[in-house]
Amino acid sequence: MNRNLIIGLILSAIAILAALMSFIWTPFDHVAMNIPAKLQTPNLTHWFGTDHFGRDIFSMIMVGARTSIAVAFVAVGIGMGLGIPLGLWAAARKGSYIDELIMRANDLIFAFPSLVIAILITAIFGAGAVNAIIAIGIFNIPVFARVVRGAAMPIWEREFILAARVAGKNAARISVEHILPNVLNLLIVQATIQFSLGILAEAALSYVGLGAQPPTPSWGRMLADAQTLVSIAPHLALIPGFAIIITVMGLNLMGDGLRDYLNPRTRVART
Amino acid sequence: MKHFVSRLALASALSVAGFAAHAANTDITVAMQLEPPHLDPTSAAAGAIDSVLYSNVFEGLTRFMGDGSVVAGLAKSWDISDDGLVYTFILHDNVLFHDGSTMDAEDVQFSLNRARADDSTNAQKALFAGITDVSALDAATVVVTLDAPNGNFLFNLAWGDAIIVAPESIDGIKQAPIGTGAFKFANWVQGDKIELTRNDAYWGTPAVLENVTFKFISDPTAAFASVMAEDVDAFVGFPAPENLPQFEADPRFQVLVGSTEGETILSTNNKMPPFDNVKVREALAHAIDRQAIVDGAMFGYGTPIGTHFAPHNPAYVDLTGSSAYDPELAKKLLAEAGFADGFETTLHLPPPSYARRGGEIIAAQLAQVGIKVQITNVEWAQWLETVFRGKDFGLTIVSHTEPMDIGIYANPEYYFQYDNPAFQELMTNLNATTDPEARTALMGDAQRMISSDFVNGYLFQLAQLSVAKAGVQGLWTNAPTQATDLTAVSWAD
Amino acid sequence: MIRYTLKRFLSLCISLAVASLLIFFVIEIAPGDPASFMLGINAQPDTVAALRAELGLDIPKLERYLAWTQGMLTGDFGMSYTYRTPVSQMVADRLWVSLPLALFALALSTLIALPAGIYAAARRGQTGDVAVMSATQLGVAIPNFWFAMMLVLIFAIKLRWFAGGGFAGWDKGLGAVMWSLTLPAISLALPQAAILARVMRSALLDVMNEDFMRTARAKGLTTTQTLWKHGLRNALIPVLTIIGLQFSFLLAGGIIIEQVFYLPGLGRLVFQAISARDLIVVESVVMLLVFAVIVVNFAVDLAYAAVDPRLRART
Repeated sequence: MNRNLIIGLILSAIAILAALMSFIWTPFDHVAMNIPAKLQTPNLTHWFGTDHFGRDIFSMIMVGARTSIAVAFVAVGIGMGLGIPLGLWAAARKGSYIDELIMRANDLIFAFPSLVIAILITAIFGAGAVNAIIAIGIFNIPVFARVVRGAAMPIWEREFILAARVAGKNAARISVEHILPNVLNLLIVQATIQFSLGILAEAALSYVGLGAQPPTPSWGRMLADAQTLVSIAPHLALIPGFAIIITVMGLNLMGDGLRDYLNPRTRVART
Repeated sequence: MKHFVSRLALASALSVAGFAAHAANTDITVAMQLEPPHLDPTSAAAGAIDSVLYSNVFEGLTRFMGDGSVVAGLAKSWDISDDGLVYTFILHDNVLFHDGSTMDAEDVQFSLNRARADDSTNAQKALFAGITDVSALDAATVVVTLDAPNGNFLFNLAWGDAIIVAPESIDGIKQAPIGTGAFKFANWVQGDKIELTRNDAYWGTPAVLENVTFKFISDPTAAFASVMAEDVDAFVGFPAPENLPQFEADPRFQVLVGSTEGETILSTNNKMPPFDNVKVREALAHAIDRQAIVDGAMFGYGTPIGTHFAPHNPAYVDLTGSSAYDPELAKKLLAEAGFADGFETTLHLPPPSYARRGGEIIAAQLAQVGIKVQITNVEWAQWLETVFRGKDFGLTIVSHTEPMDIGIYANPEYYFQYDNPAFQELMTNLNATTDPEARTALMGDAQRMISSDFVNGYLFQLAQLSVAKAGVQGLWTNAPTQATDLTAVSWAD
Repeated sequence: MIRYTLKRFLSLCISLAVASLLIFFVIEIAPGDPASFMLGINAQPDTVAALRAELGLDIPKLERYLAWTQGMLTGDFGMSYTYRTPVSQMVADRLWVSLPLALFALALSTLIALPAGIYAAARRGQTGDVAVMSATQLGVAIPNFWFAMMLVLIFAIKLRWFAGGGFAGWDKGLGAVMWSLTLPAISLALPQAAILARVMRSALLDVMNEDFMRTARAKGLTTTQTLWKHGLRNALIPVLTIIGLQFSFLLAGGIIIEQVFYLPGLGRLVFQAISARDLIVVESVVMLLVFAVIVVNFAVDLAYAAVDPRLRART
């Protein structure tokens, strides 16, 4: 285990535990309003203070972690679910029209300005967590397709694949049984990175009002709500901001750490 | 032309720099949230167009004053026939358009006929619906004939949609508006600002200010920063009420709190079960704590209302008591209506913060009586399509900013679909009545009728909030119409 | 090489055609009608119909698509529904804000990132490296709109060194323009700088493992000297590629930043156009951005192919 991995695991664990914990317990009901008690700074009752409706920010941050993680997780799932098969397929048919088609389609999606398109999708099909997931998920597909294809191609040249072919296995079966396990490490690293990007994207979409809808708390929307109050009650912007930063940083560090940990070459190089 | 415009821009830039050195100020930068899509008040509903141009650049036969009264504009005087059908307007002499051409009866005829034509794109075409003929008797006399008496006609002519334009300059109006007002259009940097300069050939009292810049700042944080950093001299329609105490505490600024014509209501789909049941609507009304909404969403700015009428109007009846906050009563009413366990419905919220924040509070309040509300934030375009035109909604929050618009309840096709023949008859009577006292009585009846039918949840009258530097004087406090009339604005010494 | 170029060019044309189809038809199904939006809630149906006719919205979709694509080939992007000015002119106006902002942000991020990356690579594994790498971790994790909020709070509202936003306008001179773009450029540059520093560092480390670097060191040069003399040039290729990609991202990626600082740029234009359902503006701007990226990719591919003949055979 290296330092990045340990710090990353700890930071991500904070967010994930907060999210899981929120299912059973939060200090207050995260939707309960108490307008006379609004805009309190952090204190013993409300550990992170209260927002403009007098809601408990600590509870909202906990439930917000759930929203962020759920959106990013499913978006990465979409990216992997579609991207990996496409990448495997393209690698198996390297140089064929299928490969060309998949890779050109990839380039095409990459060419679209992702944030603009995500805003467009949610504007067209309605704001909400599900559409935010789709908007973020679409841009994850080419990432995984490209990574898998790139990693799978050299493996196809290896001898044990030839052996599998001689044994009569078809390309699909070889892809699943032999290629996939060999690119798994790379995928885990990439998934961690996409996961952190997904959390940032969800925050941006929610910030412009297109993510999860109220009363479901979301870190991005908490920041949007804090916009006009930041000069009176800076903690409204600081706390969700730190929550995002800690989670994203944790995931990124974990990704870096995992890459070093899973890649024997760099592991040797490091030690 | 382009060359000319850019030289003008340069000239105004130089003068800004020049005045920074002296302190005597005849320039002002006024910020507002929304930018006009184009500059023709007669072919769009966007309030931002009027906010920039009404009274400043364009004028109509009559006009609104800051207190909401309607006075003579380009028409010096008028005469109404005894049957109330024929209006004869006498126009001011020596009124020039900014391009130097004379404003005369033919321009009035052109403007009114253009607004009511078959292919008219006037957003308030209904204002002109009763006109059967417009004729120019001579250069200074216009005769307008109506098909029925209309107590609101002079009021209607004061709207920004009824301003007088010239046929010669109409083609360019969307980019380079030519009006008769005390300010001339100078320059528009799209996405950023519009500049006006003083019209030295103005027919009436000339403006004090020489150069006016309207800046468009939609983001509330940016709005706050722009005022605090003194990048702008005034912000009309300030989007964040929570920031006003800070400006009030700061001697550099003054805060203007007035009223708009916007009745902010929890619009209810009267045709959609269970809202077709009046008991359910009554329960809804009692489940809502207006004061909490005003405090929570508007930080205390706004007057609670109990019907669809502006509290500053002399004919207003305070009916807030008949729908007082009483969650127990609400629960009881729901049980009587057969919804002891509550029900689920949708709440569509358009972008303004009164709707987004008010909606969150209302959802929490309705949850207390067992009504589960699913919030959907929508943009205006979407709101118009699904809620307003498609009538596919349970609840929505919107501020009806048109002045004197209780008549919308007489239209059963209107999106909240209130269909009451008695009310429709009442409105027909009101339109045909010109006697002020009788009108007041009828308006009172109308207010009571929609209130006791609990057509919509009546929340509060939207406040008009503006911030200006301490030295700015003469700004409108209220917003009887969408306008930022700068013709009487000046700097204190 | 000619065969390869032709093939790539053909695929570029197909990509553009597919992109235009996608953009047009996905955007056209958006609920909401520009004419209704313009005329508001009191508009009568015949008025809306009149405006639709005036805007050409009553023409069938396919015909409008063909007219739009044909127009684009000649540089005519049509007329904005709400502003009623040519889209090409609007885009050109907005580019005078977005382009300098993107360039400013790119310059900032490059100026910070390259020295930081080189420094970290030279001090690999030491405290300096760890510090730089931790800083970049923080940099990529900070949402730029949050960072922008904090910059406004501190430097515009509290300290009042900068304006809270807005664009000075070119008539005020380059200095004023740069001053008004400083905070937005910093907010945009921060995450980009962090990414770029990481790329720079790892590109250098990769190069350092190459044989010619070992030779150089064997000749008695110090690590830092080898880095400067030989490493940098070879590491620049991946760095330049990333810079190229970042530029196109910055051009459109400022959408939220332009909102926070109320800058009249391309991103804000798209944002406004989406909410006003000014579809032709949205379509044209998105198409332009896609076009820019596709053409840049095409140029990069050709450049790589010219350098490395093996690549030609691959595709």
